[in-house]
Amino acid sequence: MNNDSQASASDDGFSVAITGSGGSGAVTAGRILLEAAAQCGFQGLMTRSAGPQIRGGESAAMIRFSPDPVACMGDEYDLLVALDWLNIERFADEIPLSAKSLILCDPAAGEIPALLRSNGAEIREVPFKVFASGLPEGRLNMVALGAAAVVCGLELSAMEASVRQVLQGKGEQVVETALRALGLGYNHDHRPRITIPSPGRQDNRWSITGNQACGLGALLGGVRFVAAYPITPASEILEWLAPRLEKLGGSLLQAEDELASINMIIGASFGGVPSLTATSGPGLSLMVEGLGLALVSETPVTVINVMRGGPSTGIPTKSEQSDLNIALYGLHGDAPHLVLAPLSIRDAVFTTQWAVQLAEHLQTISLVLSDQSLGQSQAIIEAPPRCKQSLQRAVERSPGGDYRRYQLTQDNISAMTLPGTPGGMYTADGLEHNTRGTPSSMAADHREQLNKRLRKLEKYDFGDDWAEIEGEGEQCIITWGSSAGVVKEVARRLRQQGEEARVIALRLLAPLRRQRLRQALEGMRKILVVEQNHGGQLFHYLHAQGALPPSAQSLAQPGPLPLRPGRILRALEPENRR
Amino acid sequence: MAVPAPKAKNYKSDIKPVWCPGCGHFAVLAALTKAMAHLGLIKENVAVVSGIGCSSRLPAYIDSYGFHGIHGRALAAASGLKAARPDLTVIVAGGDGDGFSIGGNHFLHACRRNMDMTYIVMDNEVYGMTKGQASPTTRPTWSDSKMTPHGTGIPRFNPAAIALAAGAGFIARGYAGEPSELTRLLVEAIQHPGFAFVQVLSGCVTFRPDQRGWKELVHPFIDDLPTEDRTKAAQIIQADDGKATGVIYAVRFPVWQPENPKEVELSDLEEEFHR
Repeated sequence: MNNDSQASASDDGFSVAITGSGGSGAVTAGRILLEAAAQCGFQGLMTRSAGPQIRGGESAAMIRFSPDPVACMGDEYDLLVALDWLNIERFADEIPLSAKSLILCDPAAGEIPALLRSNGAEIREVPFKVFASGLPEGRLNMVALGAAAVVCGLELSAMEASVRQVLQGKGEQVVETALRALGLGYNHDHRPRITIPSPGRQDNRWSITGNQACGLGALLGGVRFVAAYPITPASEILEWLAPRLEKLGGSLLQAEDELASINMIIGASFGGVPSLTATSGPGLSLMVEGLGLALVSETPVTVINVMRGGPSTGIPTKSEQSDLNIALYGLHGDAPHLVLAPLSIRDAVFTTQWAVQLAEHLQTISLVLSDQSLGQSQAIIEAPPRCKQSLQRAVERSPGGDYRRYQLTQDNISAMTLPGTPGGMYTADGLEHNTRGTPSSMAADHREQLNKRLRKLEKYDFGDDWAEIEGEGEQCIITWGSSAGVVKEVARRLRQQGEEARVIALRLLAPLRRQRLRQALEGMRKILVVEQNHGGQLFHYLHAQGALPPSAQSLAQPGPLPLRPGRILRALEPENRR
Repeated sequence: MAVPAPKAKNYKSDIKPVWCPGCGHFAVLAALTKAMAHLGLIKENVAVVSGIGCSSRLPAYIDSYGFHGIHGRALAAASGLKAARPDLTVIVAGGDGDGFSIGGNHFLHACRRNMDMTYIVMDNEVYGMTKGQASPTTRPTWSDSKMTPHGTGIPRFNPAAIALAAGAGFIARGYAGEPSELTRLLVEAIQHPGFAFVQVLSGCVTFRPDQRGWKELVHPFIDDLPTEDRTKAAQIIQADDGKATGVIYAVRFPVWQPENPKEVELSDLEEEFHR
């Protein structure tokens, strides 16, 4: 126990977990805390964890905020707010505590589980329930939130504004009661835990989830038709898009299954409307045949795959980066296509927008690999960057006498006519075809069209956005997608210790920019490939592509536990170096 | 000078069909192009969508926009196309295996979604392209397939009954051997606002030579049809021998079609994220 120690105002920020049984309002309290941190000028990240129950299950909100951008959750939590102790053991792995941590809890909730007492964390008891029951319809999560705000050093005014913002849809009565409960908790014990100076209100701040960011990127890319089937954890993309597509003159069609949704967007795209679907692993598996059709008929479509634990139904509510293999290799036949992965919530806007535009321009399929932790986390960030290019589909509006849909061209991209255009009629086909689109089983036609579909990707100049590369030195961590966050944190900590490290976070996974990657790896004595899956899917892919030296090592950890900075740092320690 | 009336041959492409000589599908292609000519459809405003199978090769033989997709998914592709492009006349063509087996779920939901399109199923009670296996409409005792040497032993799928139960507003049956009636059915189906289902008995000369005998079995419905009464339609379909032709059921249900006027700019939608 270290009762009176105050954590120093480090740039590691402050990490809070709020846990409770179903209906206790842990996630709502988390959202309010995050928004209040935003009011005070902090940046932040909130991930959620829930049990498998549809309703009534335990849930947890994990928050980290800092004056600097927050890339990932830390190794340990500074504060655990336990609304009750029901099923707390399910979160023990996800919420590491230490002797430096503080636990806020209610003596009325019963004895503190031995599991939590063993780590030596300081205990601060607040009578949440007594305070809440003194108010009509009083909620103990708001009392706890008030007490937590003191510990976090967040101002009451910011908390109050945030309560109003998050609860505004619930009616004035609910808001007023919540504010009173908040005040009771806030005024109970005035000992703050940390003193990170509040940066003060900042311009250009956004609060957005990863799923929303993907949805916005899709709209920015020009998507105006979506067909999709509900699936965890991708449904929020669809629920966010549906009303907004309508307002933009587009539409979302809820399909009967994923076989329908992929074919529906192919039909809509054939009609000329940029189209997209969002799904998760099981849905992607069902869509694979359709993806081949889009690829061969050169009908552009984009699929966002919000990865969850797999294979099969797997762990639907938790994160894993284990769909890289299906995204790269899932299609039968020789089927070169685009695979991209957003590197953060902030980057999901750019990456999804770019993915849609690349699919449109290159008339192929784009797979965007997000994941549960990125999709269902909320971030306070600086306004996200956009794709500055304006790539569009080449459309032939006035075809001449001998229009050929699959004409061989310099860049291997052939302008497509849209239904309604006189003189441009053709039948798009999943059968191999000649330049006119007529089905053909001739070897020469097959080779010609295979080359066309490969070279349009190989010859395209993807510029510098294929990866984010930072840092110097002789050790390098290669990663992809959402794991970029934790890897960047590792590099930052190394720099603090006076050690250099290069980070290569791959945004464009296929086609792999092999030469550029090899250039970026020149002079590296140690290379570690970090990813959240069991088999080292990226590691093996990079090896197969001849992009890695034999000495490169793999750190592959499956979900659902997030990769933590400490785990990666340990893998980089000298005794672990070859 | 008056524009000459379009002729059926104007709607045929220059691609030679892969079908066997004597295949019923030639007559369906002819009836469809006649129906298109009769309606004076503008070729480039028509899209013919299909899946996989002998009959699904049809789009390439029509001089319009076409989409020859994957097995069973024609109705899905067509629904997406129609949702995005309500201005097009969308015609979906396929076979009994494509539509009732691998694509069965899409058939159900296309019937109830009731988008404005015509679905022509050329039913020959066999998988022809894969060389003669039993389909959902094959009688349970048909044992000519090596894959089901004792017959399937499974009762037949009743397409009209399923379409009715699933909510289709236009249900008809035609016969490839009665081309003028078939043309008339297709004209009515294309004109029908909503999902129009036409089952066409279109015999397979190669794997079901017995279907040459359909000529003696096919007959018009004797009832006063079409009806708008779902109960009456159900009774007729259940009592039917599967060889009666005509429009059975025709009623206008609300057509599903997303058409949303643009109300906002994209930049307006970003405001919710600003803090």
